[in-house]
Amino acid sequence: MVRTARARQLRLELSILGVFFGIFILFFIGDPSTFSRFDIYYSFMSTIPFSGIMALAITYVIIAGEMDLSFPSIMGFSGWVFAKLCNVFVNSGMNPDLTIIICTLCCFITGIIGGTLNGALVVKVRIPSLVATIGTMFFWRGLVNVCGQGFGETLVPVNETFLFKVFVGRIGGVLPAQALWMLFLTAGFWIVLKRHRFGSHVLIVGDNVESARMMGIRVSRVKMAVFMQMGFFASLAGILASLEVTYLWPSMGEGYLLRTLAAVFVGGTSVFGGMGTIFGTFIGAIIIGSLEGGIVAMGLTGFWTQLIYGVIIVVSLSIYSVFMRRE
Amino acid sequence: MSEGLSPLVSMIDIQKSFGHVDVLKGVNFEVGGNEIVGLVGDNGAGKSTLIKLLTGVYQPDGGEIYFKNERITIHSVDRSRELGIETVYQERALSEQQTLWRNIFMGREKLARLGFLKVDEQRKETERILREEMGFTSKAISTDSIVKYLSGGEKQGIAIGRALHFNADLIILDEPTMGLSLAETKKVLDFIANIRTRGKSAIFISHNIYYVYPVADRFVILDRGSIAGNFRKSEISQDDLVEKMVKLAQTGTME
Repeated sequence: MVRTARARQLRLELSILGVFFGIFILFFIGDPSTFSRFDIYYSFMSTIPFSGIMALAITYVIIAGEMDLSFPSIMGFSGWVFAKLCNVFVNSGMNPDLTIIICTLCCFITGIIGGTLNGALVVKVRIPSLVATIGTMFFWRGLVNVCGQGFGETLVPVNETFLFKVFVGRIGGVLPAQALWMLFLTAGFWIVLKRHRFGSHVLIVGDNVESARMMGIRVSRVKMAVFMQMGFFASLAGILASLEVTYLWPSMGEGYLLRTLAAVFVGGTSVFGGMGTIFGTFIGAIIIGSLEGGIVAMGLTGFWTQLIYGVIIVVSLSIYSVFMRRE
Repeated sequence: MSEGLSPLVSMIDIQKSFGHVDVLKGVNFEVGGNEIVGLVGDNGAGKSTLIKLLTGVYQPDGGEIYFKNERITIHSVDRSRELGIETVYQERALSEQQTLWRNIFMGREKLARLGFLKVDEQRKETERILREEMGFTSKAISTDSIVKYLSGGEKQGIAIGRALHFNADLIILDEPTMGLSLAETKKVLDFIANIRTRGKSAIFISHNIYYVYPVADRFVILDRGSIAGNFRKSEISQDDLVEKMVKLAQTGTME
């Protein structure tokens, strides 16, 4: 029997679930009282979506055979644009409900511009994306520093607005809205990858650029779109993360890079492009996002976090590699 | 070409040089409707250059190309595909990690609203292409199979099947059996024979006369940029053809 895509996907996703349950069983054994209460899950649901949403978006970039290291900086800069404009507009007397809508649009546009720049550098100027986005990573972070002079921005002026509740409100008082956003986006990314022409083209371009070109797929457009959506979702993550704490730190996004990439790879997406799983990224984001809290809850100090990240990443990748090998 | 019918493609007095090297020196070449032409010749004879003029990769320096009785210029690969000329390169036009149904429809997806794929329809159609059009019998292969795990001959079959399905009138096969085992080569030859059954034409380029002879209707021998011979299958036996080729390689003439 020639291996089918379903069999391959199933095998991969089952091993990811295996890793996931393995880790949570360890958490339970380590600290049954914490992990049998809702609080820790509440905390996971409110913090994981920020990097989780970006992990979904970068999964497409990686499937398309590209890389983006600049998304945390784009998140930071577009978040700064959002927060700064909110303050400027509210201080000049604009209605907060209207302000946050306009600022959200400005933030999205900033993110899309960031993504477009990356796309243009890769597609038009033909710089390999890994290198190009090192450049833009410094550029956007530098821009936050220069524009903000190291100062943060409060978001208290908009925390009574409707859109604020839509983004990071608590549904029924307990369920963070951003968790629903992440669920919703996971479904969207999943369906588009499997059932939409764009997803199909992302897979095909990442698999073999030459054959994609020969079969008439507009490779440049696909790559451009992939970088643009990355920029867009980085800006959305910027809004969610800053609204959650009603404050914009100029360093927002720093530290997200490797964790987000780790979520994608722990989730089983291939670094070579042409293959990937949104379900895997979703689980990967939960694994990576819950480790820190879990480790501390188990009574280890924060010093252990990185060590355990390392172990989990190496172990899970080894499991996939072994499981995916042809019998 | 078949007598009495106008050819599908005719290339008249084609010249092409790269720098000071004349690769094609006034070549006349035709492919008839529903005809498989074996284009044979040594390395460097100009076979690849000749077909790259048909697929729009190169432009001729001189001469005329007619397709379905119309004078044409093929300025790009897209243009050649529009005309109904499709090239099958070994493993180069397939997306290895993807399923068959994605590969058959890559770049030409069947779309529902908002750009979503009609996956069921693509699967069904792929199944039909596999079983009915290409005659795949192996139960091991399904529309959901990943191309990477198919054999070399099967991959060639998929590429040929795809070209036929999208109504290519002329399929160009550039060394389609290169690097394949005997059994796999046999499969590919069957797929090529299928092109004729479906009423289409093909150019089969190969060094190996033993593969070309059984499936082609006519043989064109290219030697250092000129046509050295043109035989219908009824005019020449396989052994004679081989003998002529050997003589050509050794003495530079076929007589």
